[in-house]
Amino acid sequence: MLSVSAITTARKTRSQARRRVIALLLVLLAAGFALTLMLGQSFTPPGTVFRVLTGEDIPGASFTIGRLRLPRAVLAVLAGASFGMGGVAFQTMLRNPLASPDIIGISSGASAAAVFAIVVLGLNGPVVSIFAVIAGLGVALLIYALSWRNGVAGARLILVGIGVSAMLNSFVAYVLSGASAWNLQEAMRWLTGSVNGAQPAQSVPVLAALILFGGVLFSRARDLEALRLGDDTAAALGTPVARTRITIVIAAVGLIAVATAVAGPIAFVAFLSGPIAARIIRNNGSLLLPAALVGALLVLLGDYAGQFLLPRRYPVGIVTGALGAPFLITLIVRANRAGGTP
Amino acid sequence: MTRHILNASRISAGYGDTVILDGLDLDLLPGRITVIVGANACGKSTLLRVMSRLLKPRAGQVLLDGTSIHRIPSRRLAQVLGLLPQSPIAPEGITVADLVSRGRYPHQGLLSRWSARDDEAVAAALEVTHTFDLADRPVDELSGGQRQRVWIAMALAQETGLLLLDEPTTFLDINHQIEVLDLLTDLNRTRGTTIMMVLHDLNLAARYADHLVAMAGGRIHAAGPPEAILTEANIRAVFGLESRVITDPTSGRPIMLPIGRHRMI
Ligand SMILES: Nc1ncnc2c1ncn2[C@@H]1O[C@H](COP(=O)(O)OP(=O)(O)OP(=O)(O)O)[C@@H](O)[C@H]1O
Ligand SMILES: [Mg+2]
Repeated sequence: MLSVSAITTARKTRSQARRRVIALLLVLLAAGFALTLMLGQSFTPPGTVFRVLTGEDIPGASFTIGRLRLPRAVLAVLAGASFGMGGVAFQTMLRNPLASPDIIGISSGASAAAVFAIVVLGLNGPVVSIFAVIAGLGVALLIYALSWRNGVAGARLILVGIGVSAMLNSFVAYVLSGASAWNLQEAMRWLTGSVNGAQPAQSVPVLAALILFGGVLFSRARDLEALRLGDDTAAALGTPVARTRITIVIAAVGLIAVATAVAGPIAFVAFLSGPIAARIIRNNGSLLLPAALVGALLVLLGDYAGQFLLPRRYPVGIVTGALGAPFLITLIVRANRAGGTP
Repeated sequence: MTRHILNASRISAGYGDTVILDGLDLDLLPGRITVIVGANACGKSTLLRVMSRLLKPRAGQVLLDGTSIHRIPSRRLAQVLGLLPQSPIAPEGITVADLVSRGRYPHQGLLSRWSARDDEAVAAALEVTHTFDLADRPVDELSGGQRQRVWIAMALAQETGLLLLDEPTTFLDINHQIEVLDLLTDLNRTRGTTIMMVLHDLNLAARYADHLVAMAGGRIHAAGPPEAILTEANIRAVFGLESRVITDPTSGRPIMLPIGRHRMI
């Protein structure tokens, strides 16, 4: 039948278009990664970068690249991907771009727990990540309970989340102000996020979380897509709605919290990546992978811009924060016009 | 298509503290069309939600081929039972073809790829609902009636033996209402699909139903063949409305003419 082949052709065209966009994002990310290894205070030619990466010991270059630029770029990519994927999972599940973990307080919860564990309890390493994950889940549970009234409405959850987020941020500021030995750079990490001074070992938990929780999210990608049609239709299409919800919350909080425990709550990356990915992929399948790639690009390039393109050095969270703020305002204004339900 | 038997026994259900359905029994006639009518807020949608597992009853159970639907895995249930909710949500910017394709979800495993069979089902669903020409348009730019037909197409693409529809004809002009009801009847006749739907137009309900169910206050007031159910007494009891019921010369089914307080000769 003619019409069947029309459907088949249209579908193939769409999945080709999707693969092209993803390939483009991958190329951009690889290029950005290579460039941040070459560029810095001084320029390192690609050949030298390659030799350092393959294990050759080159005086000077081995230190700048192996110790400074590479760990930093790796952490930027992994944290960015975690924020992007965790953010878009929340936004898709709650059908609202404002419902991203960095707006509704989950990042702040993880950040507050990490600061508390490091500054007050004197802990470090993976224990801090565990603390952050538990706090992130705790905040998720808290805002869910606080916004419960015969079911959870998206708008109420977002307002409650913004309130909880503000409280947690002042807690972070309070704890930091008591820690006299801490410099402004460190304080900025916990308030806006930074990959400054990244150690190779710090990327390990982030990578592990990305593999574990990212894998869980990918396995739920189709159910997440179904949830966009509303709970009833999703259930009618065979999605176990409640189970999907819980799985997605745990996995997304895990991604966000582990990345936050290492790099701080890099401002608005979780919030921005999904909508940017949606713009470029155009309603063509799951946003999980595209948003992860966009998040990685945002942090990688934002960090580079913060180090070398601005009049003085800024942590990446300041750069992404400046990018995200106008978008947040646009969304809120639009939600207001639409009658108060964002 | 194998005929499935769906029945509800002693159902009590509600929201929060309020009880909406109270000890209700309903057997869908396999391979037949059951139409539910009743006043606003009498619990029609709630009944549909219970029968399709969207709402867990407080007491009683819904059985699909003798098994409680709460014990059937979600995807397995969705291969057998389709549902069109009263006000479904279309994601921003989604195209008609994309939306209708999602009706195939329950037939595709986690890893199983999109098959030629899926394309056929989507194409057929678009054809019969006359939405093929809309395939590339975003759903949120369609008229209410076009959108409704697209949602029906999605439910059809699911190819289930049981189909539950909540007011599938709202937003449709009279021609499209008849078209949708004819289409569902075709589906029922050719594939033996068992259909349960909520309709507000009593005359269309009586015309298209094999089994007409009149609900009032969370209970079934009367159920049976339309001739026996669409009576002046039942309409008075269920809707509090005076009416005259005569026989439709075309279909031979009863039709009701409401009597208001004005415009009488
Ligand atoms: N999600 C809900 N939470 C609380 N109460 C609800 C909910 N959905 C329905 N109700 C209440 O249950 C009652 C029955 O609603 P239901 O939707 O079943 O009515 P209906 O017969 O389908 O009406 P209509 O013809 O207007 O669609 C109403 O009083 C309604 O207010
Ligand atoms: Mg209803």
